[in-house]
Amino acid sequence: MSAGSDPSSWLPIDGVLAVVVAWLAIGLAGLPALRRFRVVTTVLFPAGGVAGAVLALIGVAAAFSGPQVAVLPIGLPGLPFHFRLDALSAWFLTVIGAVGAGVSVFASGYFRRGEGTPPGLLCLEYHVFLASMALVVLADDAYAFMVMWETMALSSFLLVTANHRIAEIRRAGYLYLLVAHVGAIGILLCFGVLQANTGDYTFANMRAQSLSPLWASIGFGLAVFGFGAKAGIVPLHVWLPEAHPAAPSPVSALMSAVMLKTAIYGLLRVSFDLLQARLWWWGVVLLGIGLATAIFGVVFAAVQSDMKRLLAYSSIENIGFIVAGIGLALLFSAYGMAALAALALTAAVYHVAAHAFFKSLLFLGTGAVLHATRERSLGRLGGLIRYMPWVAWLSLAGTLASAGLPPFGGFVSEWLLLQSFLFTPGLPSGFLNMLIPVVAALIALVAALAGYTMVKFFGVIFLGQPREEKLAQAHDAGTMERVGMGWLAAGCVALGLAPTVVIRAIDPVTRRLVGAGLGDAVSASGWLLVPVDVERASYGPALFLLGVAASCALAYALVRRLYHGRIRRAPPWDCGFPAQTARMQDTAEGFGQPIRQIFEPFFRMERQLPSPFDARPRYRVVVGDHFWHWLYLPIAAAVERAARLIGLLQRGRIAVYLLYSFVTLVTVLLVVKR
Amino acid sequence: MDVSALGVVSQLLEVALALLLAPLLSGWVAQCRAWLQNKSGPGLLQPYRALHKLFVKESVVAHHASPLFRAAPYVVFGCTALACAIVPTLSTDLPLAPAADAIALVGLFALARVFVSLAAMDVGTSFGGLGARREMLIGFLAEPALLMVMFSASLISKSTSLTTIVETLAHRDLMIYPSLAFAGVAFTMVSLAENARVPVDNPATHLELTMIHEALILEYSGRHLALIEWAAALKLFAYSCIGIALFFPWGIAQAHAPAAMLLALPALVAKLAAGGAALALLETLSAKMRIFRVPEYLGAAFLLAVIGMLVHILRNA
Repeated sequence: MSAGSDPSSWLPIDGVLAVVVAWLAIGLAGLPALRRFRVVTTVLFPAGGVAGAVLALIGVAAAFSGPQVAVLPIGLPGLPFHFRLDALSAWFLTVIGAVGAGVSVFASGYFRRGEGTPPGLLCLEYHVFLASMALVVLADDAYAFMVMWETMALSSFLLVTANHRIAEIRRAGYLYLLVAHVGAIGILLCFGVLQANTGDYTFANMRAQSLSPLWASIGFGLAVFGFGAKAGIVPLHVWLPEAHPAAPSPVSALMSAVMLKTAIYGLLRVSFDLLQARLWWWGVVLLGIGLATAIFGVVFAAVQSDMKRLLAYSSIENIGFIVAGIGLALLFSAYGMAALAALALTAAVYHVAAHAFFKSLLFLGTGAVLHATRERSLGRLGGLIRYMPWVAWLSLAGTLASAGLPPFGGFVSEWLLLQSFLFTPGLPSGFLNMLIPVVAALIALVAALAGYTMVKFFGVIFLGQPREEKLAQAHDAGTMERVGMGWLAAGCVALGLAPTVVIRAIDPVTRRLVGAGLGDAVSASGWLLVPVDVERASYGPALFLLGVAASCALAYALVRRLYHGRIRRAPPWDCGFPAQTARMQDTAEGFGQPIRQIFEPFFRMERQLPSPFDARPRYRVVVGDHFWHWLYLPIAAAVERAARLIGLLQRGRIAVYLLYSFVTLVTVLLVVKR
Repeated sequence: MDVSALGVVSQLLEVALALLLAPLLSGWVAQCRAWLQNKSGPGLLQPYRALHKLFVKESVVAHHASPLFRAAPYVVFGCTALACAIVPTLSTDLPLAPAADAIALVGLFALARVFVSLAAMDVGTSFGGLGARREMLIGFLAEPALLMVMFSASLISKSTSLTTIVETLAHRDLMIYPSLAFAGVAFTMVSLAENARVPVDNPATHLELTMIHEALILEYSGRHLALIEWAAALKLFAYSCIGIALFFPWGIAQAHAPAAMLLALPALVAKLAAGGAALALLETLSAKMRIFRVPEYLGAAFLLAVIGMLVHILRNA
């Protein structure tokens, strides 16, 4: 089945495996250099970054070559690992490699001496994490998939708890591990359903099975549950805003940007590739889950006052957006509308890359801020654009991309998804037709709220006056950190400006999954993004940027030419109020206040308002998540109650236990006798 | 995409017209408002005089303002100018139009809004942050509503390209669309909010507790303020032209019809004058609402626009 006829010829899959081996080797090299900090940071992490860049290149090359397989005789006897590289895997490998490269380079300048886990061990965990993510998307049988999936979960757990001396971080890590394993059970059961009692757990066998609609739906539901737990869809999201902020920033970046995407990969793999049946209501379910997740995520992101938690909730929102796109593609695909399915799927897959770049960039930015100021709370930051210009301006690119603004990467996927709503020529069901505009409206609302959140994020951290005196001593990021962030920012810009090039690389993915692609349409139109024809819709980001830049430049030149460029520095005006201080600025809580008011039913709020006579008035508001109280705490209470009931049996006296044995024996004898 | 010489001419003409006429439109609205309120009014040319005065003055910038603060007026101006360039006002033969369709146009306004809000937060005064927060609040409510209005028109013409929408509505199928009635009301409500007009904001006030747009640009002076004010006028002009393109497109010349351009200009001026007078009347008749009522107001606009889309789908079902 291998694409190359000549066995000695070099195949992309060999390259991918070589990169994985290189990552493992780099990780292992960290062990002898356990405490030799300089070796780890100046040699091992940059080497990992180079390997990531190589992987991205291989991924691009593999997107256009046919599927290739490899069988490695590792694992259990008679049960080798099957690997397969097709267009879908290639796309995710490219994302993993490209983002991994930027994060690794940043990480080489990020980690500091004497923080939690020794650097060599951290290096091992980090590279095992990267390698396992690459192998997850490469796996071609359930066994290899689950082994890699668990390796990924465990290595990321160890990375999350790198600063394990802090109780809060241990708690977050434990929660993460728990949800990851509950999800893994779902995935395992899903594979069990898919192999349809044949006992053969290779994906090739699963593709060949035709399940009854009931069993297919059960398999699909288990996949949504299992992968959803990893992706953080509502209501399985609770671990995400705890675990992502707890990890060191490069790890948060990898988890948010890449690891969540492996769950998206799994969802795509199962629902479009392994399952042959496609029922329309699956699409509706995914669409509903996706929208709920997106709205929930963005509303919570808008009220956070911890910068990393804000980004974690924003990741939930973006995952919701992607899932909604997948749901729409599934819906269209079930009705045989291949072209529309391809449009929606392209939007989702595009957003996978766009989100990976801008979210890792933003997380790295928070990492640099955290190192420079030792503050994570938005209430103690501010004005950093003057002390950390590199970090601020690079983060601005990520902020604008995250806000879904043209001409950056986030806008392209949003545009494509909205187009796929508008091109709906009429689904066979009237109910669904009514649903489509409502969904489009909600997507638009989410995108607009994302803009609000991102203005808050950037404005409160980098703009304004420093809210604490020590911020004036903040130093900018080092060279390696700048290079890593610059690489990711360039990715954000490139994804925004060259959508036609990227979509041509996505074309094989959608052709493979839904049988149609946008490749032909966009390659016919050059730099202009035209999904169907130019009469219907077009978006030319390069022309767009040119238009804005030309108007700016012309305005600048003309103002200087016709008038002057004089400027005078003075204290801020502020309506003539002379005694202003940095404490009078709008805070993160203040910025979230309108959202708290409008979306009040979303939150579980505890407010403590000062009385007018307080000498030292304190205003306190705690925003909580309803799901904890509706779902998780009842489950935890039920488990505890069950444990206590079982605990009644434990008396700690041998006589009682002997009595149990005796009663059991008598009962069994009675049953057998009859 | 073939670019004709005529297309380039009409494109340049349109941008020049927008840049020149936009302050006049603002002046016309202010004048109408003054007349309606039994005042004599500053005259139609007052905005030009104000712009000239601001350009001549030097810019006063806070000591700790970052480069973002100084760049933002240019970005805002550039975005709004591009928005004016892609909305068909005289002709649908526009070479720049394929760069951005209705969705990208909304994105363009959002880009301008984000920059002006970030700039307002940059100096770190209490009013700047307040204004930024309120502006983004109005923005995130108005943006989806505007998008839904665009979609109502897009569903009719099966296209998000503004030129195709205009051609369809003005020249191809002449009929009455009930969905556009809903969209029209929603659009009016959104444009009042987006252009900082009564009942959401009052462009003529500096009342500290209620201002939105003025709070945003409080720290700007000189040429920076001039550019922002000009961009605000351009935004009003662009919104008026979007309204004309979606709801009263008759008279806009089609591609390859140079003679019709001669008719298009007086038609545009007449429509803008009527629209400006209607805006002044609307502003005079309504009172400014509390900021906390704005979400309800814009939520109503959003719902109306969605209902418009549903009406369209129901009729075609």
